[in-house]
Amino acid sequence: MDDSSNFEFAAAEPLDDIMQKIADHKGCGTSGGSGKSSCGTSDGPDDMAPEIWEKVKNHPCYSEEAHHHYARMHVAVAPACNIQCNYCNRKYDCANESRPGVVSEKLTPEQAAKKVLAVASTIPQMTVLGVAGPGDPLANPAKTFKTFELISQTAPDIKLCLSTNGLALPDHVDTIAKYNVDHVTITVNMVDPEVGAQIYPWIFWKNKRVTGIEAARILTERQMQGLEMLTERGILCKVNSVMIPGINDKHLVEVNRAVKSRGAFLHNIMPLISAPEHGTVFGLTGQRGPTAQELKALQDSCEGEMNMMRHCRQCRADAVGLLGEDRSAEFTTEKIMEMEVSYDLESRQAYQNAVEQERLAKVAAKNAELETLAAEEASDIKILVAVATKGQGRINEHFGHAKEFQVYELSSKGAKFVGHRRVDLYCQGGYGEEDSLETVIKAINDCAAVFVAKIGHCPKDELTAAGIEPIDQYAFEFIEQSAIAYFKDYLDRVKRGEIAHVARGDADIRQGAYISA
Amino acid sequence: MTYKIVASQCTSCSACEAECPNVAISEKNGTFVINPKKCTECIGYFDVAQCVAVCPVDDTCIIDTSLPRYQPTGGAA
Ligand code: SF4
Ligand code: SF4
Repeated sequence: MDDSSNFEFAAAEPLDDIMQKIADHKGCGTSGGSGKSSCGTSDGPDDMAPEIWEKVKNHPCYSEEAHHHYARMHVAVAPACNIQCNYCNRKYDCANESRPGVVSEKLTPEQAAKKVLAVASTIPQMTVLGVAGPGDPLANPAKTFKTFELISQTAPDIKLCLSTNGLALPDHVDTIAKYNVDHVTITVNMVDPEVGAQIYPWIFWKNKRVTGIEAARILTERQMQGLEMLTERGILCKVNSVMIPGINDKHLVEVNRAVKSRGAFLHNIMPLISAPEHGTVFGLTGQRGPTAQELKALQDSCEGEMNMMRHCRQCRADAVGLLGEDRSAEFTTEKIMEMEVSYDLESRQAYQNAVEQERLAKVAAKNAELETLAAEEASDIKILVAVATKGQGRINEHFGHAKEFQVYELSSKGAKFVGHRRVDLYCQGGYGEEDSLETVIKAINDCAAVFVAKIGHCPKDELTAAGIEPIDQYAFEFIEQSAIAYFKDYLDRVKRGEIAHVARGDADIRQGAYISA
Repeated sequence: MTYKIVASQCTSCSACEAECPNVAISEKNGTFVINPKKCTECIGYFDVAQCVAVCPVDDTCIIDTSLPRYQPTGGAA
Protein backbone atom coordinates (compact mmCIF):
# COMPACT_ATOMS: atom_id res chain seq x y z
CA MET A 1 0.00 0.00 0.00
CA ASP A 2 1.18 3.45 -0.80
CA ASP A 3 0.03 6.22 1.47
CA SER A 4 1.61 9.02 -0.45
CA SER A 5 -1.14 9.76 -2.94
CA ASN A 6 -3.75 12.36 -2.21
CA PHE A 7 -7.23 11.34 -1.36
CA GLU A 8 -9.83 13.71 -2.58
CA PHE A 9 -13.48 13.07 -2.73
CA ALA A 10 -14.78 13.04 -6.28
CA ALA A 11 -11.31 13.34 -7.73
CA ALA A 12 -10.81 11.46 -10.93
CA GLU A 13 -7.28 10.31 -10.16
CA PRO A 14 -6.75 6.82 -8.82
CA LEU A 15 -7.40 6.60 -5.13
CA ASP A 16 -5.43 4.57 -2.73
CA ASP A 17 -6.81 1.98 -0.46
CA ILE A 18 -9.07 4.16 1.58
CA MET A 19 -10.39 1.15 3.41
CA GLN A 20 -6.98 0.37 4.68
CA LYS A 21 -6.61 3.93 5.89
CA ILE A 22 -9.91 3.73 7.61
CA ALA A 23 -8.93 0.37 8.99
CA ASP A 24 -5.72 1.92 10.25
CA HIS A 25 -7.97 4.41 11.94
CA LYS A 26 -5.54 7.27 11.64
CA GLY A 27 -4.15 6.55 8.27
CA CYS A 28 -0.91 5.27 9.69
CA GLY A 29 0.71 2.71 7.52
CA THR A 30 3.98 1.98 5.94
CA SER A 31 4.81 4.17 3.03
CA GLY A 32 6.40 2.50 0.06
CA GLY A 33 9.10 0.14 1.16
CA SER A 34 10.61 2.38 3.80
CA GLY A 35 8.34 1.04 6.49
CA LYS A 36 8.18 4.38 8.29
CA SER A 37 5.01 5.08 10.07
CA SER A 38 3.60 8.23 8.60
CA CYS A 39 1.34 9.79 11.15
CA GLY A 40 0.87 10.87 14.66
CA THR A 41 -1.98 13.30 14.62
CA SER A 42 -5.33 12.42 16.01
CA ASP A 43 -7.42 14.17 13.41
CA GLY A 44 -7.63 11.50 10.81
CA PRO A 45 -5.42 10.49 7.95
CA ASP A 46 -3.55 13.42 6.48
CA ASP A 47 -4.25 12.25 2.97
CA MET A 48 -8.01 11.95 3.36
CA ALA A 49 -10.31 14.92 3.12
CA PRO A 50 -11.33 15.57 6.75
CA GLU A 51 -15.02 15.74 5.95
CA ILE A 52 -14.94 12.29 4.41
CA TRP A 53 -12.97 10.92 7.31
CA GLU A 54 -15.50 12.36 9.74
CA LYS A 55 -18.29 10.71 7.81
CA VAL A 56 -16.83 7.25 7.49
CA LYS A 57 -14.68 6.69 10.56
CA ASN A 58 -17.45 5.36 12.76
CA HIS A 59 -19.45 3.72 10.04
CA PRO A 60 -19.49 -0.05 10.37
CA CYS A 61 -20.71 -0.55 6.84
CA TYR A 62 -17.70 1.27 5.40
CA SER A 63 -14.90 0.26 7.69
CA GLU A 64 -14.15 -3.18 9.04
CA GLU A 65 -12.24 -1.55 11.86
CA ALA A 66 -15.26 0.53 12.82
CA HIS A 67 -17.33 -2.63 12.72
CA HIS A 68 -15.35 -3.81 15.73
CA HIS A 69 -16.66 -0.90 17.76
CA TYR A 70 -19.83 0.41 16.20
CA ALA A 71 -23.02 -1.13 14.97
CA ARG A 72 -25.54 -0.34 12.33
CA MET A 73 -29.11 -1.38 12.08
CA HIS A 74 -31.52 -1.64 9.23
CA VAL A 75 -35.25 -1.18 9.41
CA ALA A 76 -37.53 -2.89 6.94
CA VAL A 77 -39.91 -0.08 6.03
CA ALA A 78 -39.61 -0.42 2.25
CA PRO A 79 -41.21 -3.60 0.93
CA ALA A 80 -42.04 -2.57 -2.64
CA CYS A 81 -39.58 -2.83 -5.51
CA ASN A 82 -39.51 -1.39 -9.02
CA ILE A 83 -37.20 -3.87 -10.71
CA GLN A 84 -36.80 -7.63 -10.83
CA CYS A 85 -33.37 -9.23 -10.32
CA ASN A 86 -32.47 -12.79 -11.16
CA TYR A 87 -30.63 -13.18 -7.85
CA CYS A 88 -33.58 -12.08 -5.80
CA ASN A 89 -36.70 -13.88 -4.75
CA ARG A 90 -39.19 -11.30 -3.59
CA LYS A 91 -40.85 -13.78 -1.31
CA TYR A 92 -37.77 -13.25 0.81
CA ASP A 93 -35.43 -10.38 1.48
CA CYS A 94 -33.58 -8.66 -1.31
CA ALA A 95 -30.07 -9.83 -2.04
CA ASN A 96 -28.96 -6.24 -2.53
CA GLU A 97 -28.16 -5.63 1.10
CA SER A 98 -29.72 -8.62 2.71
CA ARG A 99 -30.08 -12.31 2.19
CA PRO A 100 -32.81 -14.43 0.76
CA GLY A 101 -34.13 -16.95 3.20
CA VAL A 102 -35.29 -14.76 6.04
CA VAL A 103 -38.30 -12.53 5.79
CA SER A 104 -37.89 -9.22 7.55
CA GLU A 105 -40.51 -7.91 9.82
CA LYS A 106 -42.33 -5.14 8.00
CA LEU A 107 -42.48 -1.92 10.02
CA THR A 108 -44.35 1.35 9.70
CA PRO A 109 -42.15 4.47 9.88
CA GLU A 110 -43.45 5.11 13.41
CA GLN A 111 -42.61 1.58 14.54
CA ALA A 112 -39.23 1.84 12.87
CA ALA A 113 -38.41 5.12 14.61
CA LYS A 114 -39.32 3.66 17.97
CA LYS A 115 -37.24 0.58 17.27
CA VAL A 116 -34.21 2.68 16.38
CA LEU A 117 -34.50 4.70 19.58
CA ALA A 118 -34.95 1.57 21.67
CA VAL A 119 -31.90 -0.07 20.14
CA ALA A 120 -29.76 3.07 20.35
CA SER A 121 -30.62 3.50 24.03
CA THR A 122 -29.68 -0.09 24.80
CA ILE A 123 -26.66 -0.38 22.52
CA PRO A 124 -24.53 2.79 22.62
CA GLN A 125 -22.46 1.39 19.74
CA MET A 126 -25.42 1.84 17.40
CA THR A 127 -24.44 4.83 15.26
CA VAL A 128 -25.92 4.14 11.84
CA LEU A 129 -29.41 3.54 10.59
CA GLY A 130 -29.97 2.18 7.14
CA VAL A 131 -33.05 1.72 5.03
CA ALA A 132 -32.19 -1.02 2.59
CA GLY A 133 -35.25 -3.01 1.82
CA PRO A 134 -36.54 -5.62 1.60
CA GLY A 135 -37.60 -3.81 -1.60
CA ASP A 136 -36.16 -0.55 -2.87
CA PRO A 137 -36.24 2.37 -0.42
CA LEU A 138 -36.83 4.84 -3.26
CA ALA A 139 -39.73 2.80 -4.60
CA ASN A 140 -41.23 3.55 -1.16
CA PRO A 141 -40.18 7.18 -0.82
CA ALA A 142 -42.93 8.27 1.58
CA LYS A 143 -42.14 5.53 4.10
CA THR A 144 -38.39 5.89 3.76
CA PHE A 145 -38.28 9.66 4.23
CA LYS A 146 -40.88 9.65 7.00
CA THR A 147 -38.64 7.24 8.89
CA PHE A 148 -35.65 9.54 8.40
CA GLU A 149 -37.64 12.56 9.51
CA LEU A 150 -38.83 10.92 12.73
CA ILE A 151 -35.35 9.69 13.65
CA SER A 152 -33.54 12.92 12.89
CA GLN A 153 -35.94 14.74 15.23
CA THR A 154 -35.23 12.57 18.27
CA ALA A 155 -31.76 11.19 17.63
CA PRO A 156 -29.80 13.74 15.63
CA ASP A 157 -26.49 11.92 16.28
CA ILE A 158 -27.52 8.84 14.30
CA LYS A 159 -26.24 8.76 10.76
CA LEU A 160 -28.75 7.90 8.05
CA CYS A 161 -28.03 5.87 4.98
CA LEU A 162 -29.99 4.11 2.29
CA SER A 163 -29.35 1.71 -0.53
CA THR A 164 -31.10 1.63 -3.84
CA ASN A 165 -31.06 -0.01 -7.23
CA GLY A 166 -30.88 3.52 -8.64
CA LEU A 167 -33.88 3.46 -10.96
CA ALA A 168 -35.74 6.13 -9.02
CA LEU A 169 -32.63 7.83 -7.61
CA PRO A 170 -32.49 10.96 -9.82
CA ASP A 171 -36.03 11.87 -8.71
CA HIS A 172 -35.09 11.83 -5.03
CA VAL A 173 -31.59 13.27 -4.79
CA ASP A 174 -32.88 16.60 -3.49
CA THR A 175 -34.94 14.96 -0.76
CA ILE A 176 -31.93 12.83 0.17
CA ALA A 177 -29.91 16.01 0.55
CA LYS A 178 -32.69 17.66 2.56
CA TYR A 179 -32.71 14.88 5.17
CA ASN A 180 -28.94 15.02 5.51
CA VAL A 181 -28.54 11.42 4.44
CA ASP A 182 -24.87 10.58 4.95
CA HIS A 183 -24.36 7.82 2.46
CA VAL A 184 -26.18 6.28 -0.43
CA THR A 185 -25.37 2.84 -1.75
CA ILE A 186 -26.28 2.02 -5.34
CA THR A 187 -26.25 -1.57 -6.53
CA VAL A 188 -24.62 -1.48 -9.96
CA ASN A 189 -24.11 -4.87 -11.57
CA MET A 190 -23.41 -3.66 -15.11
CA VAL A 191 -22.91 -0.65 -17.36
CA ASP A 192 -23.51 -2.65 -20.52
CA PRO A 193 -27.21 -3.31 -21.26
CA GLU A 194 -26.36 -6.62 -22.96
CA VAL A 195 -24.92 -7.83 -19.66
CA GLY A 196 -27.80 -6.25 -17.78
CA ALA A 197 -30.39 -8.15 -19.76
CA GLN A 198 -29.00 -11.36 -18.27
CA ILE A 199 -29.42 -10.03 -14.74
CA TYR A 200 -32.65 -8.03 -14.84
CA PRO A 201 -35.70 -9.60 -16.50
CA TRP A 202 -37.73 -6.39 -16.21
CA ILE A 203 -38.13 -2.95 -14.68
CA PHE A 204 -41.29 -1.00 -13.90
CA TRP A 205 -40.80 2.28 -15.69
CA LYS A 206 -43.25 5.06 -16.51
CA ASN A 207 -46.29 2.88 -15.79
CA LYS A 208 -45.09 0.03 -17.97
CA ARG A 209 -43.11 -3.12 -17.58
CA VAL A 210 -39.99 -2.81 -19.72
CA THR A 211 -37.92 -5.91 -20.46
CA GLY A 212 -34.63 -7.01 -22.02
CA ILE A 213 -31.85 -4.74 -23.21
CA GLU A 214 -34.12 -1.70 -23.17
CA ALA A 215 -34.80 -2.22 -19.46
CA ALA A 216 -31.10 -2.55 -18.67
CA ARG A 217 -30.29 0.52 -20.75
CA ILE A 218 -32.76 2.67 -18.80
CA LEU A 219 -31.53 1.27 -15.50
CA THR A 220 -27.86 1.95 -16.17
CA GLU A 221 -28.60 5.48 -17.41
CA ARG A 222 -30.59 6.26 -14.27
CA GLN A 223 -27.92 4.75 -12.01
CA MET A 224 -25.12 6.78 -13.56
CA GLN A 225 -27.22 9.95 -13.56
CA GLY A 226 -28.14 9.44 -9.90
CA LEU A 227 -24.52 8.84 -8.96
CA GLU A 228 -23.42 12.02 -10.71
CA MET A 229 -26.15 14.04 -8.99
CA LEU A 230 -25.10 12.75 -5.57
CA THR A 231 -21.47 13.56 -6.28
CA GLU A 232 -22.42 17.10 -7.34
CA ARG A 233 -24.12 17.61 -4.00
CA GLY A 234 -21.26 16.13 -2.00
CA ILE A 235 -23.25 13.14 -0.75
CA LEU A 236 -21.03 10.10 -0.27
CA CYS A 237 -21.90 7.27 -2.55
CA LYS A 238 -20.82 3.65 -2.39
CA VAL A 239 -21.41 1.13 -5.14
CA ASN A 240 -22.32 -2.49 -4.49
CA SER A 241 -21.89 -5.09 -7.20
CA VAL A 242 -22.90 -8.72 -7.12
CA MET A 243 -20.25 -10.89 -8.78
CA ILE A 244 -21.95 -13.43 -11.04
CA PRO A 245 -19.39 -15.77 -12.64
CA GLY A 246 -19.80 -16.04 -16.41
CA ILE A 247 -22.18 -13.08 -16.56
CA ASN A 248 -20.58 -9.96 -15.11
CA ASP A 249 -17.35 -11.10 -13.44
CA LYS A 250 -15.01 -9.69 -16.07
CA HIS A 251 -17.35 -6.79 -16.78
CA LEU A 252 -17.15 -5.54 -13.18
CA VAL A 253 -13.71 -4.05 -13.87
CA GLU A 254 -15.47 -1.78 -16.36
CA VAL A 255 -18.20 -1.04 -13.82
CA ASN A 256 -15.48 -0.12 -11.35
CA ARG A 257 -14.04 2.41 -13.79
CA ALA A 258 -17.45 3.86 -14.64
CA VAL A 259 -18.46 4.46 -11.04
CA LYS A 260 -15.06 5.72 -9.97
CA SER A 261 -15.03 8.33 -12.70
CA ARG A 262 -18.41 9.54 -11.49
CA GLY A 263 -17.22 10.01 -7.93
CA ALA A 264 -18.22 6.86 -6.01
CA PHE A 265 -15.87 6.70 -3.01
CA LEU A 266 -15.99 2.98 -2.46
CA HIS A 267 -16.77 -0.15 -4.43
CA ASN A 268 -18.01 -3.28 -2.72
CA ILE A 269 -17.96 -6.44 -4.79
CA MET A 270 -19.96 -9.16 -3.14
CA PRO A 271 -20.29 -12.78 -4.15
CA LEU A 272 -23.54 -14.02 -5.66
CA ILE A 273 -25.25 -16.19 -3.13
CA SER A 274 -27.27 -18.74 -4.96
CA ALA A 275 -28.90 -22.03 -4.08
CA PRO A 276 -31.94 -23.75 -5.57
CA GLU A 277 -33.86 -23.52 -2.29
CA HIS A 278 -33.79 -19.70 -2.44
CA GLY A 279 -36.15 -19.96 -5.39
CA THR A 280 -34.31 -17.25 -7.33
CA VAL A 281 -33.89 -17.48 -11.10
CA PHE A 282 -30.15 -17.98 -10.67
CA GLY A 283 -30.74 -20.52 -7.93
CA LEU A 284 -33.01 -22.52 -10.23
CA THR A 285 -30.77 -22.29 -13.30
CA GLY A 286 -27.82 -23.53 -11.26
CA GLN A 287 -25.85 -20.30 -11.67
CA ARG A 288 -22.95 -20.64 -9.23
CA GLY A 289 -21.37 -18.00 -7.01
CA PRO A 290 -17.63 -17.23 -7.07
CA THR A 291 -15.05 -18.99 -4.91
CA ALA A 292 -13.10 -17.02 -2.32
CA GLN A 293 -10.08 -16.92 -4.61
CA GLU A 294 -12.08 -15.68 -7.61
CA LEU A 295 -13.66 -12.96 -5.48
CA LYS A 296 -10.34 -11.82 -4.04
CA ALA A 297 -8.70 -11.82 -7.49
CA LEU A 298 -11.43 -9.53 -8.84
CA GLN A 299 -11.24 -7.26 -5.79
CA ASP A 300 -7.47 -7.12 -6.14
CA SER A 301 -7.67 -6.28 -9.84
CA CYS A 302 -10.05 -3.40 -9.11
CA GLU A 303 -8.00 -2.17 -6.20
CA GLY A 304 -5.44 -0.28 -8.25
CA GLU A 305 -8.37 1.55 -9.74
CA MET A 306 -10.28 2.36 -6.63
CA ASN A 307 -10.99 1.68 -3.00
CA MET A 308 -12.35 -1.77 -2.52
CA MET A 309 -14.47 -2.76 0.37
CA ARG A 310 -13.93 -6.28 1.56
CA HIS A 311 -15.84 -6.73 4.75
CA CYS A 312 -19.45 -6.63 3.56
CA ARG A 313 -21.35 -9.41 5.25
CA GLN A 314 -24.49 -9.08 3.16
CA CYS A 315 -26.41 -8.61 6.34
CA ARG A 316 -30.07 -9.26 6.65
CA ALA A 317 -32.22 -6.16 6.18
CA ASP A 318 -33.30 -6.02 9.80
CA ALA A 319 -30.14 -7.21 11.55
CA VAL A 320 -29.02 -5.42 14.72
CA GLY A 321 -25.59 -5.57 16.28
CA LEU A 322 -21.81 -5.60 16.05
CA LEU A 323 -19.62 -7.97 14.01
CA GLY A 324 -21.81 -10.84 12.98
CA GLU A 325 -23.84 -10.48 16.14
CA ASP A 326 -27.59 -10.35 15.82
CA ARG A 327 -29.62 -8.97 18.68
CA SER A 328 -32.79 -8.42 16.68
CA ALA A 329 -34.65 -10.96 18.80
CA GLU A 330 -34.45 -8.48 21.69
CA PHE A 331 -36.15 -5.86 19.58
CA THR A 332 -39.23 -7.41 18.04
CA THR A 333 -42.07 -5.02 17.27
CA GLU A 334 -44.04 -6.42 20.16
CA LYS A 335 -41.26 -5.84 22.68
CA ILE A 336 -40.48 -2.37 21.36
CA MET A 337 -44.00 -1.13 21.54
CA GLU A 338 -44.00 -2.01 25.24
CA MET A 339 -40.64 -0.39 25.95
CA GLU A 340 -40.27 2.95 27.66
CA VAL A 341 -37.55 4.64 25.70
CA SER A 342 -35.61 7.65 26.85
CA TYR A 343 -32.88 8.74 24.51
CA ASP A 344 -29.69 9.58 26.40
CA LEU A 345 -27.37 11.44 24.08
CA GLU A 346 -24.80 12.07 26.83
CA SER A 347 -24.13 8.49 27.87
CA ARG A 348 -23.91 7.51 24.22
CA GLN A 349 -21.29 10.20 23.77
CA ALA A 350 -19.33 9.01 26.81
CA TYR A 351 -19.28 5.46 25.51
CA GLN A 352 -18.11 6.57 22.11
CA ASN A 353 -15.30 8.64 23.60
CA ALA A 354 -14.03 5.59 25.49
CA VAL A 355 -14.09 3.61 22.26
CA GLU A 356 -11.98 6.26 20.54
CA GLN A 357 -9.29 5.93 23.23
CA GLU A 358 -9.16 2.16 22.71
CA ARG A 359 -8.87 2.61 18.97
CA LEU A 360 -5.91 4.95 19.41
CA ALA A 361 -4.17 2.41 21.66
CA LYS A 362 -4.68 -0.26 19.04
CA VAL A 363 -3.17 1.82 16.27
CA ALA A 364 -0.18 2.71 18.45
CA ALA A 365 0.45 -0.97 19.22
CA LYS A 366 0.24 -1.89 15.56
CA ASN A 367 2.61 0.84 14.49
CA ALA A 368 5.19 -0.13 17.09
CA GLU A 369 5.10 -3.67 15.73
CA LEU A 370 5.32 -2.42 12.15
CA GLU A 371 8.53 -0.55 12.97
CA THR A 372 10.17 -3.79 14.02
CA LEU A 373 8.92 -5.58 10.89
CA ALA A 374 10.43 -2.82 8.77
CA ALA A 375 13.79 -3.55 10.36
CA GLU A 376 13.74 -7.05 8.85
CA GLU A 377 14.77 -7.50 5.27
CA ALA A 378 11.95 -7.31 2.75
CA SER A 379 10.46 -10.58 1.52
CA ASP A 380 8.06 -11.44 -1.30
CA ILE A 381 6.20 -13.91 0.85
CA LYS A 382 2.51 -13.22 1.42
CA ILE A 383 0.26 -15.36 3.57
CA LEU A 384 -3.34 -15.27 4.69
CA VAL A 385 -4.33 -15.83 8.29
CA ALA A 386 -7.78 -16.27 9.83
CA VAL A 387 -8.76 -14.57 13.09
CA ALA A 388 -11.54 -15.41 15.55
CA THR A 389 -12.83 -12.16 17.04
CA LYS A 390 -15.89 -10.74 18.75
CA GLY A 391 -14.81 -7.17 18.12
CA GLN A 392 -12.72 -4.45 19.80
CA GLY A 393 -9.97 -5.34 17.33
CA ARG A 394 -8.78 -8.19 19.53
CA ILE A 395 -8.33 -11.94 19.18
CA ASN A 396 -11.04 -12.70 21.68
CA GLU A 397 -13.20 -15.54 20.37
CA HIS A 398 -12.91 -19.28 20.98
CA PHE A 399 -12.35 -21.34 17.86
CA GLY A 400 -15.46 -23.41 18.47
CA HIS A 401 -17.70 -20.39 19.03
CA ALA A 402 -16.62 -18.38 16.03
CA LYS A 403 -19.44 -17.58 13.62
CA GLU A 404 -16.98 -16.10 11.19
CA PHE A 405 -13.27 -15.67 10.72
CA GLN A 406 -11.64 -12.45 9.59
CA VAL A 407 -8.92 -12.91 7.02
CA TYR A 408 -5.78 -10.79 6.93
CA GLU A 409 -3.09 -10.79 4.29
CA LEU A 410 0.36 -10.55 5.83
CA SER A 411 3.34 -9.29 3.90
CA SER A 412 6.42 -7.15 4.44
CA LYS A 413 4.05 -4.19 4.22
CA GLY A 414 2.10 -5.27 7.28
CA ALA A 415 -1.31 -6.76 7.96
CA LYS A 416 -4.18 -5.97 5.65
CA PHE A 417 -7.77 -6.99 6.17
CA VAL A 418 -8.97 -8.75 3.03
CA GLY A 419 -12.28 -10.34 3.95
CA HIS A 420 -14.13 -12.63 6.24
CA ARG A 421 -15.42 -16.19 6.10
CA ARG A 422 -18.72 -17.13 7.55
CA VAL A 423 -19.07 -20.46 9.26
CA ASP A 424 -22.09 -20.02 11.52
CA LEU A 425 -24.63 -22.24 9.84
CA TYR A 426 -22.14 -25.04 9.49
CA CYS A 427 -22.52 -25.73 13.17
CA GLN A 428 -26.26 -26.18 12.90
CA GLY A 429 -28.77 -28.50 11.40
CA GLY A 430 -27.61 -31.72 12.99
CA TYR A 431 -24.09 -31.78 11.63
CA GLY A 432 -21.75 -33.66 13.93
CA GLU A 433 -18.75 -31.95 15.50
CA GLU A 434 -16.52 -33.57 12.93
CA ASP A 435 -18.50 -32.31 9.96
CA SER A 436 -18.62 -28.77 11.24
CA LEU A 437 -14.86 -28.77 11.75
CA GLU A 438 -14.39 -29.99 8.22
CA THR A 439 -16.52 -27.16 6.86
CA VAL A 440 -14.60 -24.59 8.91
CA ILE A 441 -11.40 -25.95 7.43
CA LYS A 442 -12.86 -25.61 3.94
CA ALA A 443 -13.83 -22.03 4.65
CA ILE A 444 -10.33 -21.02 5.77
CA ASN A 445 -8.40 -23.49 3.63
CA ASP A 446 -6.40 -20.69 2.00
CA CYS A 447 -4.99 -19.54 5.36
CA ALA A 448 -1.63 -20.53 6.84
CA ALA A 449 -2.77 -20.01 10.41
CA VAL A 450 -5.83 -19.34 12.51
CA PHE A 451 -5.64 -17.01 15.55
CA VAL A 452 -7.96 -17.85 18.42
CA ALA A 453 -8.45 -17.00 22.09
CA LYS A 454 -8.76 -20.68 22.90
CA ILE A 455 -8.98 -24.00 21.07
CA GLY A 456 -9.44 -27.66 22.05
CA HIS A 457 -6.95 -30.45 21.38
CA CYS A 458 -8.93 -32.24 18.68
CA PRO A 459 -9.53 -29.29 16.38
CA LYS A 460 -5.94 -28.23 17.00
CA ASP A 461 -4.64 -31.54 15.66
CA GLU A 462 -6.99 -31.57 12.69
CA LEU A 463 -6.14 -28.01 11.70
CA THR A 464 -2.44 -28.82 11.92
CA ALA A 465 -3.01 -31.90 9.76
CA ALA A 466 -4.77 -29.70 7.20
CA GLY A 467 -1.75 -27.40 7.14
CA ILE A 468 -3.38 -24.57 9.10
CA GLU A 469 -1.40 -23.58 12.16
CA PRO A 470 -3.64 -22.98 15.22
CA ILE A 471 -2.31 -20.02 17.24
CA ASP A 472 -3.58 -19.24 20.73
CA GLN A 473 -0.53 -17.51 22.16
CA TYR A 474 -1.92 -14.06 21.27
CA ALA A 475 -5.21 -14.57 23.07
CA PHE A 476 -6.98 -11.25 23.79
CA GLU A 477 -4.20 -9.23 22.15
CA PHE A 478 -4.77 -6.74 19.33
CA ILE A 479 -5.22 -8.48 15.98
CA GLU A 480 -2.88 -6.53 13.72
CA GLN A 481 -0.06 -6.23 16.22
CA SER A 482 -0.20 -10.00 16.83
CA ALA A 483 -0.47 -10.85 13.16
CA ILE A 484 2.63 -8.81 12.34
CA ALA A 485 4.54 -10.44 15.21
CA TYR A 486 3.49 -13.85 13.93
CA PHE A 487 4.54 -12.96 10.40
CA LYS A 488 8.02 -11.95 11.53
CA ASP A 489 8.35 -15.29 13.25
CA TYR A 490 7.00 -17.07 10.16
CA LEU A 491 9.63 -15.42 7.95
CA ASP A 492 12.32 -16.37 10.46
CA ARG A 493 11.25 -19.97 10.49
CA VAL A 494 11.20 -20.09 6.70
CA LYS A 495 14.69 -18.58 6.63
CA ARG A 496 16.01 -21.10 9.14
CA GLY A 497 14.44 -23.88 7.09
CA GLU A 498 12.13 -24.97 9.92
CA ILE A 499 9.05 -24.64 7.76
CA ALA A 500 8.52 -24.50 4.03
CA HIS A 501 6.41 -21.71 2.59
CA VAL A 502 3.78 -23.32 0.37
CA ALA A 503 0.93 -21.73 -1.55
CA ARG A 504 -2.44 -22.61 -0.04
CA GLY A 505 -5.52 -23.76 -1.97
CA ASP A 506 -8.86 -22.07 -2.53
CA ALA A 507 -11.65 -21.73 0.00
CA ASP A 508 -15.46 -21.97 -0.07
CA ILE A 509 -17.85 -19.06 0.27
CA ARG A 510 -20.70 -20.18 2.40
CA GLN A 511 -24.12 -20.07 0.79
CA GLY A 512 -27.04 -18.97 2.89
CA ALA A 513 -28.30 -16.33 5.26
CA TYR A 514 -25.56 -14.79 7.31
CA ILE A 515 -27.48 -14.61 10.49
CA SER A 516 -29.48 -17.60 11.55
CA ALA A 517 -33.20 -17.05 11.94
CA MET B 1 -64.35 -4.72 -11.65
CA THR B 2 -62.30 -7.54 -12.79
CA TYR B 3 -58.82 -7.95 -11.35
CA LYS B 4 -58.08 -9.98 -8.23
CA ILE B 5 -54.98 -10.99 -6.29
CA VAL B 6 -54.15 -14.65 -5.71
CA ALA B 7 -53.61 -14.45 -1.97
CA SER B 8 -51.43 -17.56 -1.75
CA GLN B 9 -48.88 -15.98 -4.10
CA CYS B 10 -48.88 -12.42 -2.82
CA THR B 11 -45.67 -11.45 -1.00
CA SER B 12 -47.37 -8.44 0.57
CA CYS B 13 -44.77 -6.19 -0.96
CA SER B 14 -47.34 -3.40 -1.39
CA ALA B 15 -45.94 -2.34 -4.77
CA CYS B 16 -49.35 -2.59 -6.45
CA GLU B 17 -51.08 -0.52 -3.79
CA ALA B 18 -49.12 2.60 -4.66
CA GLU B 19 -49.57 2.19 -8.42
CA CYS B 20 -53.32 1.67 -8.63
CA PRO B 21 -54.91 4.79 -10.13
CA ASN B 22 -58.22 4.00 -8.44
CA VAL B 23 -56.95 3.28 -4.92
CA ALA B 24 -58.63 -0.09 -5.32
CA ILE B 25 -55.92 -2.06 -3.53
CA SER B 26 -55.45 -2.32 0.22
CA GLU B 27 -53.94 -4.61 2.82
CA LYS B 28 -56.27 -7.04 4.56
CA ASN B 29 -54.91 -9.50 7.12
CA GLY B 30 -51.40 -9.52 5.79
CA THR B 31 -52.08 -9.77 2.06
CA PHE B 32 -53.32 -7.32 -0.48
CA VAL B 33 -56.78 -7.35 -2.02
CA ILE B 34 -58.46 -5.53 -4.87
CA ASN B 35 -61.83 -3.92 -4.31
CA PRO B 36 -63.80 -5.06 -7.41
CA LYS B 37 -66.08 -2.04 -7.09
CA LYS B 38 -63.17 0.32 -7.62
CA CYS B 39 -60.97 -1.55 -10.14
CA THR B 40 -61.36 -0.30 -13.72
CA GLU B 41 -58.70 -2.61 -15.22
CA CYS B 42 -56.78 0.67 -15.46
CA ILE B 43 -58.91 1.52 -18.49
CA GLY B 44 -58.89 5.25 -19.01
CA TYR B 45 -55.59 5.62 -17.13
CA PHE B 46 -52.94 3.31 -18.53
CA ASP B 47 -52.43 0.88 -21.38
CA VAL B 48 -51.61 -1.95 -19.01
CA ALA B 49 -53.00 -2.94 -15.63
CA GLN B 50 -50.55 -1.35 -13.19
CA CYS B 51 -50.86 -4.05 -10.56
CA VAL B 52 -49.96 -6.71 -13.13
CA ALA B 53 -47.01 -4.72 -14.44
CA VAL B 54 -45.42 -4.04 -11.06
CA CYS B 55 -46.15 -7.30 -9.24
CA PRO B 56 -42.96 -9.33 -8.69
CA VAL B 57 -44.78 -12.65 -8.78
CA ASP B 58 -46.16 -13.63 -12.18
CA ASP B 59 -49.84 -14.59 -12.39
CA THR B 60 -50.67 -13.09 -9.01
CA CYS B 61 -52.79 -10.15 -10.20
CA ILE B 62 -55.21 -11.84 -12.61
CA ILE B 63 -58.62 -11.34 -14.20
CA ASP B 64 -61.39 -12.50 -11.91
CA THR B 65 -63.41 -14.58 -14.37
CA SER B 66 -66.30 -14.90 -11.96
CA LEU B 67 -67.09 -11.23 -12.50
CA PRO B 68 -68.12 -9.40 -15.68
CA ARG B 69 -65.42 -7.40 -17.45
CA TYR B 70 -65.27 -3.72 -16.65
CA GLN B 71 -67.51 -1.62 -18.91
CA PRO B 72 -66.32 1.93 -19.20
CA THR B 73 -69.21 4.34 -19.06
CA GLY B 74 -69.53 7.16 -21.52
CA GLY B 75 -67.99 5.72 -24.67
CA ALA B 76 -65.87 2.89 -25.93
CA ALA B 77 -62.57 2.19 -24.25
S1 SF4 C 1 -56.11 -3.26 -12.75
FE1 SF4 C 1 -55.57 -1.12 -12.40
S2 SF4 C 1 -57.39 -0.33 -11.40
FE2 SF4 C 1 -57.54 -2.53 -11.22
S3 SF4 C 1 -56.59 -2.99 -9.27
FE3 SF4 C 1 -54.99 -3.20 -10.82
S4 SF4 C 1 -54.02 -1.20 -10.78
FE4 SF4 C 1 -55.99 -0.91 -9.79
S1 SF4 D 1 -47.52 -6.34 -6.05
FE1 SF4 D 1 -48.12 -8.50 -6.10
S2 SF4 D 1 -46.97 -9.42 -4.42
FE2 SF4 D 1 -46.89 -7.20 -4.11
S3 SF4 D 1 -48.59 -6.79 -2.73
FE3 SF4 D 1 -49.37 -6.51 -4.82
S4 SF4 D 1 -50.21 -8.51 -5.36
FE4 SF4 D 1 -48.95 -8.83 -3.57
